Amino acid sequence: MFPLLSLITYAPLAGVVAILALKLFGGNEAKSAETSKWVALIVTLATLALSVVMVVEFDPKNPGFQFVEEAPWFMGLSYRMGIDGISVLFVLLTAFLMPICIAASWTSIDKRVHEYLIAFLLLETLVIGVFCALDIVLFYVFFEFGLVPMFLIIGIWGGQRRVYAAFKFFLYTLLGSVLMLAAILFMIGTSGTSSIPELMTHHFAPEVQTWLWLAFFASFAVKMPMWPVHTWLPDAHVEAPTAGSVILAGILLKMGGYGFLRFSLPMFPNASDYFTPLVFAMSAIAVVYTSLIAFRQTDMKKLIAYSSVAHMGLVTMGIFSGNAEGEQGAIYQMLSHGVISGALFLCVGVVYDRMHTREIKFYGGLVTRMPMYAAIFMLFTMGNVGLPGTSGFVGEILSMVGVYQVSTWTAIVAASGVILSAVYMLTLYRGVVFGPMTNPKLAAIQDLNWREVAIFAPLIVSTLYLGIQPNSVFNLTSASVDQLVRVYQAAIGG
Amino acid sequence: MTISTQLAYAYPELILAVGALALLVIGAFMPKQTSLVGGASVLVLLAAAVASATQPFGVAFSGALVSDAAATFSKVAIYIASAVAIPLGQPWFERRGVKNFEFPVLILLAALGMGMMASSGDLISLYVGVELHSLALYVLAAMHRENAKASEAGLKYFVLGALSSGLLLYGASLIYGFAGSTVFSEIAVAAGGQANTGLLFGLIFLICGLGFKVSAAPFHMWTPDVYEGAPTPVVAFFAAAPKLAAMVLFARVLADGFAGAAGQWQQVLVALALLSVAVGAFAGLVQKNLKRLWAYSSIANIGYALLGLASGTSEGVQAMLVFMILYMIDVTGFFACLAALSRGGRPMETMDDMAGLIKERPGIALAMTVFSLSALGLPPFSGFFAKIFVFKAALDAGLWGPAVIGLVGSVVAAFYYLKLIKVMWFDGSAGATDKPPVEAKTIAIATALFAFPVVIVALTWLNPLAERAAHAFGLA
Repeated sequence: MFPLLSLITYAPLAGVVAILALKLFGGNEAKSAETSKWVALIVTLATLALSVVMVVEFDPKNPGFQFVEEAPWFMGLSYRMGIDGISVLFVLLTAFLMPICIAASWTSIDKRVHEYLIAFLLLETLVIGVFCALDIVLFYVFFEFGLVPMFLIIGIWGGQRRVYAAFKFFLYTLLGSVLMLAAILFMIGTSGTSSIPELMTHHFAPEVQTWLWLAFFASFAVKMPMWPVHTWLPDAHVEAPTAGSVILAGILLKMGGYGFLRFSLPMFPNASDYFTPLVFAMSAIAVVYTSLIAFRQTDMKKLIAYSSVAHMGLVTMGIFSGNAEGEQGAIYQMLSHGVISGALFLCVGVVYDRMHTREIKFYGGLVTRMPMYAAIFMLFTMGNVGLPGTSGFVGEILSMVGVYQVSTWTAIVAASGVILSAVYMLTLYRGVVFGPMTNPKLAAIQDLNWREVAIFAPLIVSTLYLGIQPNSVFNLTSASVDQLVRVYQAAIGG
Repeated sequence: MTISTQLAYAYPELILAVGALALLVIGAFMPKQTSLVGGASVLVLLAAAVASATQPFGVAFSGALVSDAAATFSKVAIYIASAVAIPLGQPWFERRGVKNFEFPVLILLAALGMGMMASSGDLISLYVGVELHSLALYVLAAMHRENAKASEAGLKYFVLGALSSGLLLYGASLIYGFAGSTVFSEIAVAAGGQANTGLLFGLIFLICGLGFKVSAAPFHMWTPDVYEGAPTPVVAFFAAAPKLAAMVLFARVLADGFAGAAGQWQQVLVALALLSVAVGAFAGLVQKNLKRLWAYSSIANIGYALLGLASGTSEGVQAMLVFMILYMIDVTGFFACLAALSRGGRPMETMDDMAGLIKERPGIALAMTVFSLSALGLPPFSGFFAKIFVFKAALDAGLWGPAVIGLVGSVVAAFYYLKLIKVMWFDGSAGATDKPPVEAKTIAIATALFAFPVVIVALTWLNPLAERAAHAFGLA
């Protein structure tokens, strides 16, 4: 069988090797940096093309794993890859956002370009690997190694407090992950297998499930991030370069949600059921509390970062509702948030590249100088608020429908989050785009150039397409989600 | 059994002993031919490694010498690690005006002692092996005579080493007194299902003595001083092979001699392991000197290896062996990096010296990053695989509490490894460095390539070998 998934996963590594060669033997630094950017763009576009092939070839009626590859490794572990309806779109999302990130850093990154591109391509390999791995240790390898390129991206190309942010990001996530590692080793020891499909059917004793669930929760909750372990995210975002933020919000946060769907729910159903009120409470707090914090932010990026935490609260709620609407809504919300929050960070990046500040107060009245920018920013603002017609709406409404069936009060609190998101997003938009232009420094600001328009175009199209045609996604995910829900409900006796 | 069949079990040691003595004579008559002695020593060590790989299995000299899969496994590793130390160390000394032939010969003698430790089957050969390798190491630590710190390191190492030898001997005599034999297998019979108090006393002394040799907390205090003072290539040597030899000896004493008392020594080992992890993690946080830092890192790592041994299972010993091999390669590589770096003729040993190294020396900085991440236990570097072996063994043996504490300890230690990476990658350059010597750089790059990506393939054959070696011990 043709190893399509491995090809997609490791295709970016070819770019890493090429850029490394350019760095070492390329001669003129500036010239080889320019070539490297093209290499990175072509490699990421090729990866995108391959993953489009994967989605086309994907059989949506089959709820199991497809494109499975398997080879023995050591200690009973295997190299196993495969995707199902839950992971297939995350692979596509990753491959979709990567070329955008490379293009977005085209001019804004001017120091150590080779290393920057290598870090991004490596990150792409690792993230796709996380979504494709079907061996639990292999999953952990991809999951953890991703910390390194992200640590370097924040620490080298970040803003003023970059070192602090990089350390906080790394140590927070590491602490969560080592507990998960202990749980993984325990699971291999008791079940005798490290294969994720087999572990999904293995029944762990309920009291063991509780501990394992908590260990996995420690890792995924930090990655997600859920309140109260979200505090690394605003720091990491503010200090990361624009493309770093796009990857962080667009893809890396999704690994937590994916982890819940892939591990917590199917492997520890009883514990998931038992802890559902806890997750609901934490998510509800996250939605309200971080929305209020977002409202008080003066830094544009921090505002969007807190808004991400609030949106992720809705995702965790949906996941732990345990019914098809909730799961579908959560997956949809993650995809949509990947596109929209990525686009919002790019919107911030556009003005940051021109003015080198992210203070909301600095801006105002941009609509007179940058009409095109104002229109695009408006679309994504509305998407983030969850306006019908944009992708944000579908995910939010479905998650809330799912949660409503399980816990009315949680759903009501979650709905208030939608109102709050309108409050802070519209405040941000008004502050930056409308009002009189009082700051004389803004007089000469330029509207979007063709490169920026080209970067935004695919994001605009996908936001609207996902908002109008949600069935194209549900067709792919429904078989796997239905099976997940069926098994989960059977396990908890619901 | 005739003497010649018995000698067949000891061929590797005989090759080393004869080789060391012959090269000593050659060196004495031709003191200028240092590179000849060095090259010949490497050949002798490689010949000994080949002899260990092909030697027959059995017990010789009334149980004093054991030749089994575990001895083969560890001796091949020890001899190869010793062989690497010679090209790393000799040019280093010669560049500093210390041109002598004793360095390779001392390495040979240390390797001989370590080989005896790895295949010792009774208390006497245990002690002889330990002393032989220790004495060689004391001299090696103080070899750089003009350097006051090196002499101090040698003296400290010697005094504390003598103390630990005393403990070893005291324990050995107690065990002999209560068991009536010095052979491990007969001690095991005497100890029976439950060791009596006298034997346990002796065992505790023995564990303390060996604890000194592997530098497990609370017997670790010599390590940072000696690592800091001793010449860097010598540290690269004695942070690696002797640790493996001592760990294998540890396993021999506990598994062959006291398998019945596993319930008792397991607790002691868990305590040593967790204390080592904690000391290594927390004390490392405040270190500025990288050699001291790596001394604390090695204390923590020995803690993990002891955790594997503390499982008291064959799986645990296997985990310990894999762990030690991967760790040896990492630590040799890291000190090779340090040996390769200097600025204006002055060695670069502090955290601040490494500022912006990625721009000055990308190859070495990348290698040091790999070793740091590996020591941190981050996948997919070798240290991660080493750790999952150990933790899986500990969890399977029901030691989930210590395993979780050990894992959390690795997060604490992560801070200083990250600090080193931060200094190398994020900070501005601290100035141009000298051109690194080719041999140190080669070893650094080769070991880094092993730590990633070669390890991913290497584990598929390393693990079965370690499994066979672990089965040589009398554990379930």
